[in-house]
Amino acid sequence: MTDIEKLESSILADIDTASDEAALEAVRVAALGKKGSISEVMKTLGRMSNEERKEMGPKLNGLKTAIADAIASRKEILKREAIEKRLVSETTDVTLPVRQSPAEAGRIHPISQVMDEITAIFADMGFSVAEGPDIETDYYNFVALNFPEGHPAREMHDTFFMEPDENGERKVLRTHTSPVQIRTMETQEPPIRIVIPGKTYRFDSDATHSPMFHQLEGLVIDKSANIANLKWVLEEFCKAFFEVDAVKMRFRPSFFPFTEPSLEVDIQCDRSGNEVRFGEGDDWMEILGCGMVHPNVLRNCNLDPDVYQGFAWGMGIDRIAMLKYGMPDLRDFFNADVRWIRHYGFRPLDIPTLFGGLSG
Amino acid sequence: MKFTLSWLKDHLETDASLEEIVETLTRIGLEVEAVDDKAQFAPFRIAKVLTAEKHPDADKLQVLSVDTGNGNPVQVVCGAPNARAGLVGAFAAPGVYVPGIDLTLSVGNIRGVESHGMMCSERELEMSDSHDGIIDLPEDAPVGQSFADYAGLNDPVIEIGITPNRPDALGVAGIARDLEAAGLGKVKAVEVPVPEGKFDCPVSVKLDFDKSVEDLCPAFGLRYVRGVKNGPSPKWMQQRLIAIGLRPISALVDITNYVTFDRGRPLHVFDADKVTGDLVVRRGKEGETYLGLDDKEYTVGPANCVIADEKGMESLAGIMGGEESGCSADTVNVLVESALWDPMNIARTGRDLGINTDARYRFERGVDPAFMVPGLDLGTSLVLELCGGEASHSVIAGEVPEPELVIDFPVSEVARLTGIDVSSDKCAEILQQLGFAVKGSGERLMVTVPSWRPDVSGKADLVEEVMRINGINEIEPQPLPSMASVGGKILTTGQLRVRNARRVLASRGMLEAVTWSFIPKSHAEAFGGGNRTTRLANPISQEMAYMRPSLLPALLSAAGRNHDRGQSDVALFEVANIYQGDTPDTQHRVAGGIRRGTATMTGGGRDWSEPGRPVTVYDAKADALAVLEACGLDPSKVQISNGGPDWYHPGRSGTLQLGPKLVLGHFGELHPLTLETLDVTGPVTGFEIMLDVLPQPRRKATKTKPPLNMTSFQSVMRDFAFVVSTETDAQSLLRAAAGTDKTLISDVRVFDIFEGPSLGEGKRSIAIEVELQPTDKTLTDEEISSVSERIVANVVKATGGSLRG
Repeated sequence: MTDIEKLESSILADIDTASDEAALEAVRVAALGKKGSISEVMKTLGRMSNEERKEMGPKLNGLKTAIADAIASRKEILKREAIEKRLVSETTDVTLPVRQSPAEAGRIHPISQVMDEITAIFADMGFSVAEGPDIETDYYNFVALNFPEGHPAREMHDTFFMEPDENGERKVLRTHTSPVQIRTMETQEPPIRIVIPGKTYRFDSDATHSPMFHQLEGLVIDKSANIANLKWVLEEFCKAFFEVDAVKMRFRPSFFPFTEPSLEVDIQCDRSGNEVRFGEGDDWMEILGCGMVHPNVLRNCNLDPDVYQGFAWGMGIDRIAMLKYGMPDLRDFFNADVRWIRHYGFRPLDIPTLFGGLSG
Repeated sequence: MKFTLSWLKDHLETDASLEEIVETLTRIGLEVEAVDDKAQFAPFRIAKVLTAEKHPDADKLQVLSVDTGNGNPVQVVCGAPNARAGLVGAFAAPGVYVPGIDLTLSVGNIRGVESHGMMCSERELEMSDSHDGIIDLPEDAPVGQSFADYAGLNDPVIEIGITPNRPDALGVAGIARDLEAAGLGKVKAVEVPVPEGKFDCPVSVKLDFDKSVEDLCPAFGLRYVRGVKNGPSPKWMQQRLIAIGLRPISALVDITNYVTFDRGRPLHVFDADKVTGDLVVRRGKEGETYLGLDDKEYTVGPANCVIADEKGMESLAGIMGGEESGCSADTVNVLVESALWDPMNIARTGRDLGINTDARYRFERGVDPAFMVPGLDLGTSLVLELCGGEASHSVIAGEVPEPELVIDFPVSEVARLTGIDVSSDKCAEILQQLGFAVKGSGERLMVTVPSWRPDVSGKADLVEEVMRINGINEIEPQPLPSMASVGGKILTTGQLRVRNARRVLASRGMLEAVTWSFIPKSHAEAFGGGNRTTRLANPISQEMAYMRPSLLPALLSAAGRNHDRGQSDVALFEVANIYQGDTPDTQHRVAGGIRRGTATMTGGGRDWSEPGRPVTVYDAKADALAVLEACGLDPSKVQISNGGPDWYHPGRSGTLQLGPKLVLGHFGELHPLTLETLDVTGPVTGFEIMLDVLPQPRRKATKTKPPLNMTSFQSVMRDFAFVVSTETDAQSLLRAAAGTDKTLISDVRVFDIFEGPSLGEGKRSIAIEVELQPTDKTLTDEEISSVSERIVANVVKATGGSLRG
């Protein structure tokens, strides 16, 4: 073995035994540093004859490269070992729970959600959304809607009154969302297609009646809208809202002062289990009232009933929410009990769309 | 409105089953609310007592041997005083449900003697209140047969809901007319007998009204019947009255009730011997009182219409008779009244005095004027038939109105309004069957409205009549014409803001509540409300007496209630209206929310990763700004000043403004006294944003976003700490720093706040990090130090503070 070979094997042995990056660095310095063993040998090249140099030069350079490569690969190994060792010490218990995202913890009240569902459906049929004041005049709540003063039909509405003003005139909390029909017809030229969701008030309180509740009113006014169209709109709405392929509806003649003819609508359902199923069963459940807008109401809004015609309907938003989502008691809607809201409420990102299926 | 099947069949010849009748009634708008088919009476049998012996061990009981018709007499223990051998009565076997005592019988053992059933009293079979003894039938009653068949207990009772427009259906005869039109049989023409007057009525009637109000009583008819005997009414009449929930009283009273339900024609009877002098129909006098037939005293006034004799008021017109002149078992001479009253006046009087009677119910909806006189004759002839005596001629005061309304009816209206063609002949047929007179043919019919249909006044009403009888199910749904294009945006900015505010607050971990619009006075006052214009005149309770001036009181009360149920860390919000007055422009759309306990955005309660931190004013501020941002406002444009309305903590609340006048909302910790009023404990923070006042977004010609300059030059961060007075707000410091060079300074952030004795009393240090973002070249050290110096100078000038050494 030549001296160079001896030197090489000695350095390689040192590289192999270096146990960490510091030790390896020491080996590198001892071999390739300014005064390192290889550097010292390299210095002898200058004193050599040309022949010797020709022979030794490449050998020494080869040695230098071999050692540098060996150090680099050993360094890589040591780095990996060191990382592995560190990682072993860094173990944590990933089964510990994390906080729920606020976007998952928050809730939208079922009434708001159902209003958005309704809006999505009617927007698709070309309706817009109208609103109006909760505190109404007697004129808008009754007179314009063909409930004359003292008419027994007024007794169908248990009305909340405000304190009379200095002229003795007393306003009411609107007993239905129908006043917005009048406000819309007064200001908007037909054709009109609107839905009116909103709060309504009646002096009544039990499991299915609450002094405050929410109604959805619909109104279509043009020169041709008729009961056949009304039936279509309501059937399409019920199918879309309850997310069933078919519903069976029963239209019965009824009476509302502001429509003529007037109808009440029952929907066929199965109430035998814990939940209500639509499109099957043999129960009938009343869900809404509707009819052709009364000629007197049109006249009150300066529309000629021989030219313009249309229909209106009204239904309880809380009620259809209960039917669809199964809340048993209307009063719980307004109690702000967080257990109820968490259970029956909707996640903020569950935005109802028709393309995604209303309830996803 | 209740009636029985047999009663209906008095007026309608029909083979239709009960089910068909019920289904048809609902289909034509007389909605059936309940049907009692009386099947529960089917098991009762007619039985004969063969022997009756004293119970060996009880003085008042007997042991009966009863023949129930099957040849095997059964043993029954009975306590009725009239039980005796030979009595024929109604028997219930073990297993039978007895409705009057709400009990299903079983084999009993009464003091050592077995009893295999029961002989029933009338009360036990809900036939009357009589419980003096068991039912005692004529000897020839067929033993073993159904007692219900024999006694008419199997007569099904139908209850229908009558809408206020159909007074004609408040009598069985009117219901029969509708059913005939619907093809369910033939109306039986029942002639009303006209009793022969044997003498002139000794009592006269005067209608004493001003000319202007004589419509209060258009006409008043009276007959005098002398020599009557007022016993109980016949069984058939009693049974029908009981079946519809009325209590039989005496023949004279029962007749008036019967005619009310049979014909929708209320009558009244006076005991003629208790009437002094003649009758006068007039307005009540101020403070006039009378004792009603219900034994209650009522005070009337000029707004009410009364019938009086020389002594004074005897009866409240069209609503209820008086006790004073009421008929009794001793009545010998009777006055029968049939009159017409003003519906509105009856309604108002009934409502004001709180009296609901079957007469009021009909008069306020409108009775058939043409039947006033026939009603008087019908009542009188029933009196003669059931109580004997002889009748006077009738006296009619006033004049029975004969309104005749003829409607010009283009048959095309049916198709125009309902979408289905019904032929002119069919329309005419339907209308005629309902009692309308129809002239003409083809496209135009002239239709005369019958006297009993005050609800029909125009073409649309006739369309309804044709539609409901022809069948609504015949109308095929037809799509509304679809819009010619893809639907556009339909929500207004306000509506979108409501929705966006809801979604953003929920996405911040809050729960949406919907609370009452009305709140207690003390709560309203604590939030600047409680004024007279927001007070309800007739609240459900004092807890719901005032329209809310703010969303916060109800949310805070809810937090208190949830806390009581163990839910102490709650974050609630509501987006709804508040009411500062009773006009549309004082109703405002508001988004408001509260956080209580440790209900911060990351969630309330304790967690291993972080200790639960009590909510602070900054949580509310973040919620409020999130709402503004969701509504399209740039929060950096919003000015925030310290302090808010009285219900907030004065030192830990803020006001959000755009410009000096436009207040967008408030946020903060709640004032401790407010919390005390609302019975909730802290820590609680809240906010409210007035969605209505936010400026409308500017309409832009295109949706193109502004160009983005993603510069490749590196940004530079510089930190500064300033010592300022604690009175100095951070916002003005930040504005001063940022305003130094608006093109170069891209961001300014507060990264530390420090207060301590080292700074001196009333001082604090605010440390900011400023980001410099060059767009055209890399900044030189000189440029950086130049802008840094200007930042310091600006801040010092704006705040009076100094750079912290």
